[in-house]
Amino acid sequence: MKSDYLELTDVRVTFDGFVAVDGVTMTVLQGDLRFLIGPNGAGKTTLVDAITGLVPATGSATFGRTELLNRKVHKIARLGVGRTFQTASVFEELTVLQNLDIAAGAGRGPLTMLRKRSSTPPEVESALEVIGLADLRDQQAGVLAHGQKQWLEIGMLLVQDSKVLLLDEPVAGMSAEERQQTGELLQRIGENCTVIVVEHDMDFMRSFATSVTVLHAGKVLSEGTVAQVQADPKVQEVYLGRTEVKA
Amino acid sequence: MKGEYPKIATFAVIAVALLVLAPAVLSDFRLALLGRFVCYAIVAVGIGLAWGRGGMLTLGQGVFFGLGAYVMAMHLKLADAGPTGVPDFMKLYGSGVVPGWWEPFRNPVVTVLAIVLVPALVAFGLGMAIFRRRVRGAYFAILSQALAAAFAILLVGQQATIGGTNGLNGFRSFFGFNLFDPVNKRMLFYIAAGTLLAMLLVVWQLYRSRYGELLIAVRDQENRVRFLGYDPANVKIVAYVVAAAMAGVAGALFVPIVGIISPASVGVVPSIAFLIGVAIGGRSTLFGPALGAIAVAWAQTSLSESFPSFWIYFQGALFVLVVAFLPRGLSTAGSILNRRRETA
Repeated sequence: MKSDYLELTDVRVTFDGFVAVDGVTMTVLQGDLRFLIGPNGAGKTTLVDAITGLVPATGSATFGRTELLNRKVHKIARLGVGRTFQTASVFEELTVLQNLDIAAGAGRGPLTMLRKRSSTPPEVESALEVIGLADLRDQQAGVLAHGQKQWLEIGMLLVQDSKVLLLDEPVAGMSAEERQQTGELLQRIGENCTVIVVEHDMDFMRSFATSVTVLHAGKVLSEGTVAQVQADPKVQEVYLGRTEVKA
Repeated sequence: MKGEYPKIATFAVIAVALLVLAPAVLSDFRLALLGRFVCYAIVAVGIGLAWGRGGMLTLGQGVFFGLGAYVMAMHLKLADAGPTGVPDFMKLYGSGVVPGWWEPFRNPVVTVLAIVLVPALVAFGLGMAIFRRRVRGAYFAILSQALAAAFAILLVGQQATIGGTNGLNGFRSFFGFNLFDPVNKRMLFYIAAGTLLAMLLVVWQLYRSRYGELLIAVRDQENRVRFLGYDPANVKIVAYVVAAAMAGVAGALFVPIVGIISPASVGVVPSIAFLIGVAIGGRSTLFGPALGAIAVAWAQTSLSESFPSFWIYFQGALFVLVVAFLPRGLSTAGSILNRRRETA
């Protein structure tokens, strides 16, 4: 039994009376590559926002017995919860190396901060290799291709030493080849982390998900392996569509 | 990474120009004028840090400039009055008794510390209140400008204790040196120029450090930085406090060089004037803010001597042209031309 897992209990997010996330309860184990799918407006991104402190929520979200909900964003990040965004948000004026170095440095003391970086930290070096951007380390992040920016974001999560990775549509706008590479990257990372991927791309999900949670109107509609979820008639009805699944 | 040799060379040129060339060729009057511009340049270095690198449009640096200046001016008035004496204006307008909060500034050590610490602590308090509440952008700019206005109004109202509209003036000595002696006036210029060079070294180190990289990250993507485990408010407060301390030191040097500090030098208009040189020189570059501040102030003086009623239009036109065609300042003209040549 793996010790660290993310446990959500009755998580609820309300915006001015509109219930965006309506009592979600789920458990994601370490080593799991959990896909979170659902129609537009199902509350997927809002759920990720709630876990990372961007929107206030009720209920409970614990990781390693530490409550995450309603802490400050940067405190949650320091507890080992990292995320990416639908639109890649890297620091465009800084180089790939600088982006990773900043992500690796939240725990640095003032004296280290006030000095120039004299050598590349080992975790940054290995992340450069893992995300395949080692040759582009001194390139400004702003000129990277879309897929490379997403990989850089994932690399930033790695050096940040996140144990829970929340990825919001990491393969949107990527080519088939880039999707494949990203999926393999996530599988490798997922061995030691708890990973939740919010995704619309069904092919990508079928190829890489170890488990799936389907959200609909803020509630968990179904949960299980890809095959189980696809076979669930409730899911077929509201989301996947009967004909598409049979085909 | 680009080498640092061009920056070392530029720094050396500035140092030689200020410490060797200027005293050799300029008359005492012009040198004192340049000393005043150097004080503006020290404020500009801080604005470059806070605005150019930190994205905080500080429209109220006059407050910190004023705090440093008034601390220095109070000490000079007390020193001129003698160990237990009362400054002249207090006998005229006030009760003839030195208020208790003036007394610490009789001590030169307390004065020098206060010149740095008072602006820094005020900036720290403001920063905690403003940045932790995530006030930024135009709202921060308006807030900082309102502070400058309020500060000037506060000073105007205190005729009896800090000279009101007249401000503090008529200083005769500077830490024991006679201020009417031309040699001591030259010494003041060297102190100001040396301070400017030291401040440039401070921001240079900040810019090349990890903190400098983080500050750019906060400027461009403040919310993203939060998700990496940093509190952006702390990052901004450091830059804001350093900029405030620099403005305070500049104000303190301004007082003996110019011989007067009054509310007119610390309010909204001077606070905006500090910014013009920074914008024209290149706010996010290392040397642009200081060089821009000196150049604009110099042009302002020369133009106002030749075209007494028109110079303000020249200044406005220059500002419009730079913002329109070189939004990142004149210092970036070289790199833009290079890029043109490469693509051509």
